[in-house]
Amino acid sequence: MPKTAAKAKRSLKPKEIVEPAIARVPITVRVNGRPYSLAVEPRILLVELLREALDLTGTHVGCDTTYCGACTVLLNGASVKSCTIFAVQADGAEITTVEGLEKDGQLGSIQKVFGDCYALQCGYCTPGLMLSTYQLLSHNQQPGDKDIRKAIAGNTCRCTGYQNIFKAIQVAARSVKGG
Amino acid sequence: MKDNNRNWVGKPLPRKEEGRLLRGRGKFADDIKIREMLYLRFVRSPYAHARILKVDTSRAEGLPGVVGTLTGKQIEPLTQPFIEIGPEPCAKIRDFPLAVDKVRYQGEPVAAVLAESPSLADDASELVQVEYEGLDPVVDAEQALKDESILHESAGTNKVWNGVFEYGDVEKAFREAAQIVNIDRLHFHRFSSTPLENNVVIGQWDPKDDHIYYWCNNSFPSFAIQFLAAHLNIPIDRIRVQTFDIGGSFGIKITSYPQMAVCALASKKAGGRPIKWVETRSEHMTASAHGNERTFRDTRVALDQDGVITAITSRHVDDCGAYPRYEPLGCVIWSQVFPGVYRFKNARIDFTQAMTNKCPVGPNRGYSRMQHLWFLERVVDICAHELGIPADQMRLRNYIRPEEFPYTTPNGCVYDSGDYPKMLAIAKNLIGWDEWKKKQAEARKQGRLIGIGIGTTLDSGTNNFGQSQIVNPHAPFSGNSQGANCKLDIYGEVVVAVGSCPQGQGHETTAAQVVADVLNISPDLISVRTGFDTERNVHTGFSGTYASQFAVSGLSAVHGAAQKLKAEMKRLAAFVLETQEDDIEFGRGAQGPELRAQTKGKSINYWGLANIVNVNSAVLPPEMHDITLNCRYIWRAPFKVPDTKKKYGNLTMTYASQLHIAIIEIDRDAFIPRILDYVAVDDCGTVINPAIVEGQVYGATAHGIGAALMETCVYDAVGNMLTSTFSDYTPITAMNMPKVKYGHIETPSPHSYSGAKGMGEGGAAPVHTISAALQDALFSSGIIIGDSFNNADTLFRAMVGREIYQADKLVKLERRA
Ligand code: FES
Ligand code: FES
Repeated sequence: MPKTAAKAKRSLKPKEIVEPAIARVPITVRVNGRPYSLAVEPRILLVELLREALDLTGTHVGCDTTYCGACTVLLNGASVKSCTIFAVQADGAEITTVEGLEKDGQLGSIQKVFGDCYALQCGYCTPGLMLSTYQLLSHNQQPGDKDIRKAIAGNTCRCTGYQNIFKAIQVAARSVKGG
Repeated sequence: MKDNNRNWVGKPLPRKEEGRLLRGRGKFADDIKIREMLYLRFVRSPYAHARILKVDTSRAEGLPGVVGTLTGKQIEPLTQPFIEIGPEPCAKIRDFPLAVDKVRYQGEPVAAVLAESPSLADDASELVQVEYEGLDPVVDAEQALKDESILHESAGTNKVWNGVFEYGDVEKAFREAAQIVNIDRLHFHRFSSTPLENNVVIGQWDPKDDHIYYWCNNSFPSFAIQFLAAHLNIPIDRIRVQTFDIGGSFGIKITSYPQMAVCALASKKAGGRPIKWVETRSEHMTASAHGNERTFRDTRVALDQDGVITAITSRHVDDCGAYPRYEPLGCVIWSQVFPGVYRFKNARIDFTQAMTNKCPVGPNRGYSRMQHLWFLERVVDICAHELGIPADQMRLRNYIRPEEFPYTTPNGCVYDSGDYPKMLAIAKNLIGWDEWKKKQAEARKQGRLIGIGIGTTLDSGTNNFGQSQIVNPHAPFSGNSQGANCKLDIYGEVVVAVGSCPQGQGHETTAAQVVADVLNISPDLISVRTGFDTERNVHTGFSGTYASQFAVSGLSAVHGAAQKLKAEMKRLAAFVLETQEDDIEFGRGAQGPELRAQTKGKSINYWGLANIVNVNSAVLPPEMHDITLNCRYIWRAPFKVPDTKKKYGNLTMTYASQLHIAIIEIDRDAFIPRILDYVAVDDCGTVINPAIVEGQVYGATAHGIGAALMETCVYDAVGNMLTSTFSDYTPITAMNMPKVKYGHIETPSPHSYSGAKGMGEGGAAPVHTISAALQDALFSSGIIIGDSFNNADTLFRAMVGREIYQADKLVKLERRA
């Protein structure tokens, strides 16, 4: 709809509550064991659903080209980059985020080891890295150096230089095996 | 730590920050939601240099859910251009946070759109139509200095600053030199340490109290408010900035104040609704800040018979991108490390900074010094190879000697302490130097190319802002300071606030360690406030987290505040317990920490003391009324204003040092350089928390290795940025990061109260080290490494194409003897 120049120059439009014209799609997900039914815009990404709709802000965003893995979560047990999957694609899925790693208010074993090994500095990458570790250790309890590197190849950390993360994953593997 | 216990300082204490960060409960700026919040999206220039003919926002405004738009033309009459730190003619630059008449780099914001949701703001931003008229872009600093295409007409030139730094007797040194090495051109590339969390600003210009509130991740807020208050015409105390957890900065987030300005102006326009801007990664890559690019021209090095450098002359051209902003401080900051780790006394560096049609630069980790330190390491290695002196010997002949500390450099900086030969010995030992030398020789016989490189570097910390006056004698800055507050809260809790703005450096932990030792209690009993807040009233104009200084400025402030509190607690306890102050002992009783009168067998706990001062004050006699148990301390660095004419003076308090050795093999078929072994040795004086220090060393090492081999900001000839995503820029990953062997020594600094030196930036040691190793692998084939960035493509062009790095063209050796 064309507007006159005068109209366009108005400093501010009156406040209005806006419902986007795009139809929402109903979905059901279980996140960290809790069921949710909600209607989402089809273009909303899984990470936006988690952060904005469910207020689970432990999952982060660091890039826009599926590079950094700050957004990593588990979808039906497999680690995925939640910035690269639409919320509607997660319909019916079981999702685990960093907030689901605690056991009865206590740090889970991977969380504890990451802390003990100083595997984090700013902590922005950490949730994604811990979920990638979780995924690795659920398949391979004796990961070699190569396996570890590959498992977190898609998780960028800008602070730690990865050294203490490598160490943490080795220690976590030992504790998983032992326990 | 002279007067204190040392139960906690020096221990690898678990970090206090961990609890929330591991649980996903960190509070990062993008996690914050505020009622009525609107989302801002920038409309950015696709061109590097163009005149703006028309900005039409009408279609964007017509979209339901769009609340308003903002353009450069609209904000120009409402604001002052940002302060320019440099002198004329660059002081005439008119810098606004949205382009007014022209765009000067790809990605420069031209307009902003405000909408009810992030996706609506995205949609609307695409409906803003901007008409441009293309202008000639200039992307090379030396080209820019020809002033054929001018970025800022009001300045009339692209030259930001020029100055000659000359010390000693250069002419004499060259007359007497036994040998002279000439190096035509060296180039330090543009890169950025790209924190994983992008810039985020929530800004509200609240009409109820005419205050501006920011919740953001700017890493030098007290600097930002100085720019913002002047720009927005608002008293500075009406700007409140709060930060919480920050997902890395590395200096880059210092420069988010233009976006902060836009959020405030947008909020005002939207009737005071809070405005949230979350930068995307592509925005970050194209338009936040990059590190300085620098070209080194016509370098001449005078040496004696033994390869001892006696003089250096050179011409340096720095590229600061489209707006100087925090620059031109970079024009002088490099001179904190003027001679690097070397003893030469005579030098003349002609330094010029130019603007180009590229993203403005910012103080990226290792800011301005790493370029210079890389240059010096290149000089040393090129001379060593030309003269046939082994790289380690060359260094030992030229290093400042351990017995010379404190060492005054030719330009008046005082290096506090250090022992470079010892670090070299430790590094050689850790890597197995002799073994590698043998392996290298064997590999050569098989036609394999292995190089061994040394990089020695400095991390100068706690800078003297007086150096800004070397750039602009009218600059109103000098010295350095930091504030902290230490109090017993009403129920006796020990609470610490400090003016720093941490991004993962563990300040909550180290501050607690320092206070714990002063009060002789456990760090668990100490709460250290997270993040920065102007309303805590502990900041000075220099407060923030930058320039490797927390261990000195931050912890000195914390220590001072804790000492003050301790003295007050002692006085009060002596009064209550009816004894002398020196009878009071800080100990632990059945109910936690307490103060005891040793001769009386009586004690009072923290709650008791806090109770008297806060809610039971009638029992206090008037002579005790100055006791508040709420102690603010401002620490000031003992600096003088430098001599601006001679460019002489102490510019930095502490000099941490790093010595790295890399072993690299260049694949003969694919030309891919591969690190076979790597060692990093660090000296940051007395260590407060070894685990944190080690972590900083690894992090800085990864940034340096990434920068040397993978990370570069590439522009094409017309100023299109070709590395505008992580997938193009390729920050170093776990696949590329070698195992790092770590070693350290401690040479306590006589300049800081604790002997600690600031650290964390790391001086980009790997960049120097990797250049050195590559040259070592290739020198026998007539190649010198002339650029700080090297990947398979560069090496192919050097080794096969013979287009670059040809020693016979770039380097000339004159022997006099
Ligand atoms: S945010 Fe998902 S990969 Fe970077
Ligand atoms: S700890 Fe900061 S990005 Fe990994």
